[in-house]
Amino acid sequence: MGELKDKIVIVTGSTRGIGAEIAREFARREASVIISGRNEEKLASIVAEIKEFGHPVESMKVNISSSEDARKLAEHAIEKFGKIDVLVNNAGITRDNLLMRMNEAEWDEVLATNLKGTFNCIKAVTRQMMKQRYGRIINITSVIGQIGNPGQANYAASKAGIIGLTKSVARELASRNITCNAIAPGFIETDMTAVLDTKVIENLKAQIPLGRLGATADVAKVVCFLATDDASYITGQIINVDGGMVMY
Amino acid sequence: MSLEEKVKDIIVDKLGVSADKIKPDSHFIDDLGADSLDTVELVMAFEEEFNVEIPDEDAQQITTVKSAVEYLSKKMKESE
Repeated sequence: MGELKDKIVIVTGSTRGIGAEIAREFARREASVIISGRNEEKLASIVAEIKEFGHPVESMKVNISSSEDARKLAEHAIEKFGKIDVLVNNAGITRDNLLMRMNEAEWDEVLATNLKGTFNCIKAVTRQMMKQRYGRIINITSVIGQIGNPGQANYAASKAGIIGLTKSVARELASRNITCNAIAPGFIETDMTAVLDTKVIENLKAQIPLGRLGATADVAKVVCFLATDDASYITGQIINVDGGMVMY
Repeated sequence: MSLEEKVKDIIVDKLGVSADKIKPDSHFIDDLGADSLDTVELVMAFEEEFNVEIPDEDAQQITTVKSAVEYLSKKMKESE
């Protein structure tokens, strides 16, 4: 389990759901984690929980749609730990509505956090990773960015954008030993999917070859794998963790 | 060490070229074999060595040894 020992890992949107589990999984594997989110109380409670694993944990309240905040987050990591090995861009929001009813604010908010926020954080860590000649950037996209979903035009566009961003960053930074990959979760049991009613859930399951929703740990373990040396020859890839929902 | 010599040293280090290849008019990309990412790294190295901040608009003007030396000496005078 020690292959991530002493790695410095930033996880955005890590106060709950998939992000919190990613932070836990890295801590279990002896990495030092910087967690971030917008809710101070939730940050404090997740920090307390993750400290139990016995490895250094830092946290910072940030809104990654602000490039200034993203920069501060990276600076905080460098100040505390002197380097940044891994960035996990997990922070994401939904503002679901039918296209006909979707207003500009709903579109803008989702794009600002999910897509621009990912760009902001990548830009903030790149200087440090280039100097190190080492870096692992792991973006969380979604099957929705690959196949679309009624009522989620904004979310789907932001997640599809992350896929293009991932591939461009992978090509741009490969010569500096920085890899960039994305994970596309399918339907995972989180607060985001808990709001769906049982009929919707049953319909979803019918589209999943493995016949069940995923757990946050299913995603977190693949994220950690991409951060290990075993994944050093993988870049620019979109890895689906979706029970077989999307197959190319 | 003069500013020119420091700049030259950084170029030798970052681009892996021999010092005698570096002339004032040498273009980083056309003459010294840099790619676009190398030029970004060069500017980062200048920022750290000379303790100045080089905005992106300015960085794009720094394409030759001479332009780097001129820009940095101007910048250093401003900060004095």
